[in-house]
Amino acid sequence: MSLDSTDIVEPTFRLRSQRRRLANTFFRNRTAILGLILTIIILLVAFFADDWFVALPQGKTPTPLLAPYDPLLQDARNRLSAPDDDHLMGLDSYGRDIWSRIVFGARVSLMVGVSSVAIGGTLGVIMGLLAGYLGGAVENTIMRVVDVLMAFPSLIMGLMVLAVLGSGIFNMILAIGIVLSPTFARVAHSATLSVKSNEFVEAARSIGASRIRIIRVHLFPNILGDMVVLASIWTATAIRVEANLSFIGLGVSPPTPAWGSMIRDGTSHLFDAPWESLYPGMAILITVLAFNLLGDGLRDILDPKLQQ
Amino acid sequence: MLKYLATRLALTIPTFLAVLTLVFFVVRVIPGDPATAALGDYASQEAVTALRERMGLNDPLYIQYFRFLADLARGDLGKSMITGKSISEMVRQVLPYTLELTLSAIFVGALLGVPLGIYTARNSNTTIDYIGRITSLAGLSVPAFYLGILIMLLFAIKLKLLPAVGGGDLNDFKSNITHLALPALTLGLIMTASVTRLTRSAMLNVLKEDYVRTARAKGLPERAVVFRHALRAALVPIVSIIGIWAANLIADSVLTETVFARPGLGKMLVGAIMQRDYTALQSVMVIYTGFVVVINLITDLVYSLVDPRITH
Repeated sequence: MSLDSTDIVEPTFRLRSQRRRLANTFFRNRTAILGLILTIIILLVAFFADDWFVALPQGKTPTPLLAPYDPLLQDARNRLSAPDDDHLMGLDSYGRDIWSRIVFGARVSLMVGVSSVAIGGTLGVIMGLLAGYLGGAVENTIMRVVDVLMAFPSLIMGLMVLAVLGSGIFNMILAIGIVLSPTFARVAHSATLSVKSNEFVEAARSIGASRIRIIRVHLFPNILGDMVVLASIWTATAIRVEANLSFIGLGVSPPTPAWGSMIRDGTSHLFDAPWESLYPGMAILITVLAFNLLGDGLRDILDPKLQQ
Repeated sequence: MLKYLATRLALTIPTFLAVLTLVFFVVRVIPGDPATAALGDYASQEAVTALRERMGLNDPLYIQYFRFLADLARGDLGKSMITGKSISEMVRQVLPYTLELTLSAIFVGALLGVPLGIYTARNSNTTIDYIGRITSLAGLSVPAFYLGILIMLLFAIKLKLLPAVGGGDLNDFKSNITHLALPALTLGLIMTASVTRLTRSAMLNVLKEDYVRTARAKGLPERAVVFRHALRAALVPIVSIIGIWAANLIADSVLTETVFARPGLGKMLVGAIMQRDYTALQSVMVIYTGFVVVINLITDLVYSLVDPRITH
């Protein structure tokens, strides 16, 4: 990579002491640490759902440590049986092990949460950067579109997009991504406006850097921090919207386990088998809470008032 | 003020028009032929063609679009493609349920959230504040339908205090209020979490201000300092979060109405999507977004009432 004359003083590369202070702010925040630990645990559970086998006496098939049962395996004779030693959280109305389904359901939630934020973030950041840097008619058009999109509550917008695309995991990721994009666009837009007024942008322009280069090399790295914080908070929202849509019945198609649809299946047995709904709900609550705690901690780092 | 009101109202019209246009075209790109969806897969070709003609689906798109706008302007939402009933009539039947639910949830949220926020701000960094912060973050993390199920399990199934499902009879006060209590509590508690959090941080910011110290220094009772001096200034972000929540609650009512099997706009929306009832879907979307546009307008107007510093 050749050194370019426009690669001049950039505040992106924070001084080491400054970076250490930011890290200190984060690690002093006990709730943020809790969020980080929970997030890591949930990620590990999702990744290794069917790995890490328990060693058993010879002749028996080893079972995965985290999800001891096949999440799709039905045991019709014991359907809706209460939690016991064999089945930590009981069986659902098809006789499937609820704990194992929750473990595998984490994959759906995290995949939808992370991918939809990636899609929404990319779309939104592109819109925000273009609007903020180019200004004029481009800015007006993009930001008015964003205003219109923001007029729809996220759930209603998600329902509308899913009505067009049809249900299923990939459509859901796309739908939630579209729902999230205007928020990213708005924040990226205002962040771009404030970075744009810096002298290094003017310096780059004065030595003839192209618009694309300025956006790519000078603006984008400088708004990235804000976007990462926003991403962690909106991952929580994305997971909640996914649960909402699955609960309504527009999510992943059965029998794939997803927390929202598991709760939905359980609502018809609330009187006699409340565990079918209770446990998957706790999984959603803990996961969304973990990302919210993490996002809160990250946001505090970027809040200049708290850094003093 | 009047001039501001006029400009703000004038700005609302293009937004609403843009939203309507978006809804119209989105419903048009939904895959599948509405006429076939209405008649079923085994309908004869002639029947489908006849229905398409009657529904005006054979006309060019721009004619359909202007007809849609003209019908709306006259308050005509068309007929349901599945039941053939007038959609305006269907909406008139379910709208009171959604409105009473949303309004009472806002009431619960503001009435609990603002005092709790003030209290935790005044006792910041104590154990109570710590518990309050975690609880309100948990409130932000719980999906509305799950909280609804928990509340239903506790109050309706375990304690048998209130009915679990249904919307009750709107003309019978007791039946109406008992059916409303649990769904309203569900949505209200979720809003409380948000309002508490925001009121706390807004109050913390304001309580640090010099004029609050001045007010204390001149010997005003603490109550006057907090409520007359600090709260007044903190009210702007509080009003804005209540406005945002009013719009959110309208959407979240989709979930509570599903959990509590309550009639309402949300239930109508989900039904329209599931049955591919395009005209109903389009109308319900228009009503939802119309509400949001109006709520945003009201929020903006309330701003200028609570904060005399905002001039137009």
